[in-house]
Amino acid sequence: MGENVAIVGVGHTKFGVRNDVNMPELAWEAIKQALMDAGLEQKDIEYVVVSNAGGWSSEPLPAVVIAEYSGLAPKGTVRVEAACASGSAAVKLAHDIVASGHVDIAMAVGIEKMNESPTPTVVEFIGRAGNYFWEFHNFGLTFPGYYALYATAYMDKYGATEEDLCKVAVKSHYYGARNPKAQFQKEITVEKCMASRYIAWPLKLFDCSPITDGATAVIVANEKVAKELTDTPVWIAGIGHATGTSNLSKRTTFTSLEAGTLAAELAYKKAGIDMDDPTKVIDVAEVHDCFTIAEILAYEDLRFAKRGEGVKLVREEQTYIGGKIPVNLSGGLKAKGHPIGATGEGMIAELTNQLRNKVEKDRQAPIKNGYALAHNIGGTGHYAYITILSLSKPRR
Amino acid sequence: MSEGKKTQKDMMEEQMKQFYSFVESMKKSMGLPMVPDMKTGQALWVDQREVTLKFIISIDKIKEFFNALADGKLLGTKCKKCGEVFFPPQKDCPKCMDSEVEWIELSKEGTLLTFTQINVKPYSFAHYDDYIVGIARLPEGVNVTAWIREKDPSKLKIGMKLKLEIVKREPENYYTYEWVPVE
Repeated sequence: MGENVAIVGVGHTKFGVRNDVNMPELAWEAIKQALMDAGLEQKDIEYVVVSNAGGWSSEPLPAVVIAEYSGLAPKGTVRVEAACASGSAAVKLAHDIVASGHVDIAMAVGIEKMNESPTPTVVEFIGRAGNYFWEFHNFGLTFPGYYALYATAYMDKYGATEEDLCKVAVKSHYYGARNPKAQFQKEITVEKCMASRYIAWPLKLFDCSPITDGATAVIVANEKVAKELTDTPVWIAGIGHATGTSNLSKRTTFTSLEAGTLAAELAYKKAGIDMDDPTKVIDVAEVHDCFTIAEILAYEDLRFAKRGEGVKLVREEQTYIGGKIPVNLSGGLKAKGHPIGATGEGMIAELTNQLRNKVEKDRQAPIKNGYALAHNIGGTGHYAYITILSLSKPRR
Repeated sequence: MSEGKKTQKDMMEEQMKQFYSFVESMKKSMGLPMVPDMKTGQALWVDQREVTLKFIISIDKIKEFFNALADGKLLGTKCKKCGEVFFPPQKDCPKCMDSEVEWIELSKEGTLLTFTQINVKPYSFAHYDDYIVGIARLPEGVNVTAWIREKDPSKLKIGMKLKLEIVKREPENYYTYEWVPVE
């Protein structure tokens, strides 16, 4: 419970290979945007949560390096890690610090500079993000490999095909082509995706999100401050979180992510959204499509579709604008890019702008009920964070 | 590993060698490890320090597992109070809040739950040919992740029977376990 918390400013850099800037320079692009968006200065920010997975980048204390460069020091800061969900974890902590009444204004900054290491090193680090000793050390799984285990099981159980998976990628690139901040801004066809090489069978190159540099920032404030700053505060209506087993061998199913399912239930409950059909209320969602199969699992874990019917939403193009529920109008992780620690704030920044009717016209969702949902998974369902945003003030 | 054929590791290393010799030539002419990005020309500084990661991991509480592997056995653990079986083995039962956990020998039969083939490999696995990883369920109700001795993923089927063999992993030369399809 605690105080109501609203998003009052967001920042989002161009995602991609950002060899034009170093880590703090990249973070500053997002921080500056967020400060200007909120009409705040550094001195107004009372606490900064920095999300960064790291390992592949040179600075081991990114929170401090960024705070110095951006003029946010000497305010308190911390770096958090929840793998690919680090960004949503940072927003949750910034939210909690404000909700508790400890500070009035806090900032979550997401940063990842993956291109500081060569691709094989990055593949190595992400592959280790599960259970290093029992699963990576002996069996050399990769991040695509972990999700491929889910793809094989899902395809076998529900009759989904590699073409179905490619249709998810086609949608991601369709909207990525309309988002100037996306890493990939070219449309693709099912044929092109099908012709791409296997990365981890049955997943191919075009089923996979890329290695990305990027920074994002979200400023949150309590109700009193938010109302002074803006006429359209975007409220955090509910956050759900859950954790899966580190060993994939300990999972009870490979056709859904249990942590994602649990986090969704928690978030819907907190936001007061009817779990029978959340698509009636939610206008737009960003889901964690690090791989095409992950987007289909997300539809089902979020109850946008019944078990086994996520693939039907893809075949019927129900997650484009005009369908049952528009998903990943940013291009998603797949086309917008996936700078691990910056992805969560990136989803929340995108949805804030969707709710404000402020994104590019050809990828703007019609906002009817004023609800948006960010589904952010860390690892392969190791961490799950779901954040529900709303234009109307939460009922307490 | 195939003899005479270039592995992904050979290719990665050739590429890195080329890059670093380019860095050395730039250093010679400019006195700085500064190179242009191949695509954009943006200036890049190439780290002059290097670190190797090789961890030393405590296994004393579960050393029986590794000793048994050398004897051709796969062990798990079982809580004496609640009966829960653990794999990977652990000597603490978080449910019962105590360490009354005993060693049990696990059967080496499994039913395949899911699998993949790793085509693009991590650097530390890039010296192997493409390998298949699967997760299979034992009659004891626990699952085991391991390589499957098969080159072609289309020959595998979810639900098929597998047997587990204790094998020496080469070229590193240490005991581990592997799933083998039952004909």
